[in-house]
Amino acid sequence: MKVCEAMVKCLEAEGVTEIFGYPGAAICPFYDALSRSSIRHILVRSEQNAAHAASGYGRVSGKCGVCVATSGPGATNLISGIASAYMDSIPLVVLTGQVDSSLLGRDVFQEVDITGAVEPFIKHSFLVKDPARICRAMKEAFYIASTGRPGPVLIDVPVDVQNCETRFSYPAQIQIRSYRPSSKGHPGQVRRAAEALRYADRPLLCIGGGAFAPGAGEALGRFLSKVRIPLVHTMMGIGAVPPAASMNLGMIGVHGQKGANLALNRADLLLLAGTRVSDRAIPSPELLSRDKKVIHIDIDPAEIGKNIPADIPIVGDLGIILDQLTGEVPSLRFRDWEHEIGFYQNRAPAAYPGQGIDPAAFFRELCGRMWPGGILTADVGQNQIWAARQFRVPFGRFLTSGGMGTMGYAIPAALGAKAAAPDRQTVAVCGDGSFQMSMMELATLRQHDIRVKIIVFANNRLGMVRELQQRQYGRTEAVRLDGSPDFLTIAAAYGFPAFRVERDAEIPAALDALFRSEGTTLLEVRVSPDEPTLPPELVEF
Amino acid sequence: MKRTISVLVEDRAGVLSRVAGLFARRGFNIESLAVGPTAEAGVSCITIVADDRDNVMEQINKQLNKLIDVIKLKEYAPDELISRELLLLKVNANAQNRGEIAELARLAGGKVCDITRSSLTIEYCDTPDRVESFLELCRTYGIKRVVRTGAAAIEKGQHPLSLDE
Repeated sequence: MKVCEAMVKCLEAEGVTEIFGYPGAAICPFYDALSRSSIRHILVRSEQNAAHAASGYGRVSGKCGVCVATSGPGATNLISGIASAYMDSIPLVVLTGQVDSSLLGRDVFQEVDITGAVEPFIKHSFLVKDPARICRAMKEAFYIASTGRPGPVLIDVPVDVQNCETRFSYPAQIQIRSYRPSSKGHPGQVRRAAEALRYADRPLLCIGGGAFAPGAGEALGRFLSKVRIPLVHTMMGIGAVPPAASMNLGMIGVHGQKGANLALNRADLLLLAGTRVSDRAIPSPELLSRDKKVIHIDIDPAEIGKNIPADIPIVGDLGIILDQLTGEVPSLRFRDWEHEIGFYQNRAPAAYPGQGIDPAAFFRELCGRMWPGGILTADVGQNQIWAARQFRVPFGRFLTSGGMGTMGYAIPAALGAKAAAPDRQTVAVCGDGSFQMSMMELATLRQHDIRVKIIVFANNRLGMVRELQQRQYGRTEAVRLDGSPDFLTIAAAYGFPAFRVERDAEIPAALDALFRSEGTTLLEVRVSPDEPTLPPELVEF
Repeated sequence: MKRTISVLVEDRAGVLSRVAGLFARRGFNIESLAVGPTAEAGVSCITIVADDRDNVMEQINKQLNKLIDVIKLKEYAPDELISRELLLLKVNANAQNRGEIAELARLAGGKVCDITRSSLTIEYCDTPDRVESFLELCRTYGIKRVVRTGAAAIEKGQHPLSLDE
């Protein structure tokens, strides 16, 4: 069997049913083998979006997302997608073709050192020059990407190697002596954490993206039913809190809810669960840790003590550790603290008195119409913050590029998410800036009949940059999106229905029409060019 | 304070670049670095000397451990180690002072390995501190060229760093 056929067989053995990619000369043998497989290939319109789509796919399916590209520019176009997945700990397996192995290092047509280029922001990579190593490398890639702290792994295969003969043998299980992710938390540390919880007056649980690890959500539910602890979450943790949880104060951070940040300040014990304490979530960790005890649970030991000093570090799988902790603590309630927390519950802030749609009101109406389990992907910019602050869908998922803040993520991520879960309602939210970074993917949605509702917030501005410039420099530059097309015409050109909504009173009817419409549909939402990211009364934060 | 880390790695293409890249992008300083094979086939040892400014050692260890090719590592304080560096030194020498320099090298434990009309080449292997002192001594004669390896280091005592456990 040829190496390229073995690669496809490895994907099949791994249970891969969809991959996202873009062909080219150096990956042609693989595509030839793929044509004889039942794996569905989704042809994107730019390689970066193959990586984003695989990211959306991976996050929703709980499996590795897989994307493919050719050598040189195909591979380098993947880079932003790989870095975004790395920052958000999303499991990806990335396959790239490489030039003929005898020509490596000679700067031939479409040659680039992709394993070298992605090294700073990838979990691991392989350049497979030995045909006998391909199956093992594929298995290791899936194993490394999906275990421990998930992340992207790349396999680069020279085109001549793809055509070499090899023997197919896909190991069911493997061990890598240099890679042994821990799962169970240290029992002594778990006991210390239980003790600290028992003696705390104002404990607060902070949930991050780690809570989407398999089993962690259920364990969190069991923990919360025994320990009635107020909780907050990061942007990556949106949607991880069980809907039944009381005392959820919402998102912390620079763009978070006031109540959540107040509780964070007041707490005397902070239980960090699957969060790396990024600067956007906790801008001054050194101030925060001064007057509170910190318990930090994370699968990646390097995250503990990196951004915030931890009094009680617990390394391992969040679900397992939460169950260990549940086993160690008695039923706990913190009545005085609950009483105080009652005052922090978030009130809906007043809308900005400008023209156009109030984004907060729009998102409340949108979430109210989404089915349980619905998926909302948000792009980057003001639209991300508006969506993040209002997202409330039972069992829903909120997918965004949290760590990298990669514009153009929403549409390809929605495409991937919908491919993974065709029965779940999927909505992509963009600004007029980010929409234009990935609107070519409308063709992919059309070609593969992937049905996504697209919402474009339009005010002819790069709103978040506009705001930053005005605040810090007193004037704006290069934020007007003059020359943008008519988005309704763009949608129509791809054969998709599209509407526009300009006044708050029209929101319910517009959303009803959006969800009634068959297949991919675009809704343009006109907002004021001066619309702020945060409600005016929170801006001093 | 200077700390030494012994890192056992899979002997594969790109490993050194991954380790060096990690230090560069996270702003950790490398004082010296030495790489070589071990008694185990397929396993190399990288000896890194780094300065523990701002308590970065813990992060260095954790980040190194995250690299998939790193099998095992251990950090040592200076007194837990036997550490050696090799110095190759070309120093100005003429008929008048040639004997004096050769005697100096011999007394210090070095060896003259090449002689020309105007120079002596000396090999000298010792602890990084003593290599530094010897180099200082030779400066008075005028140094033509210096080549030094990074420190190779091994723990004292009978419990070596190994792949087992």
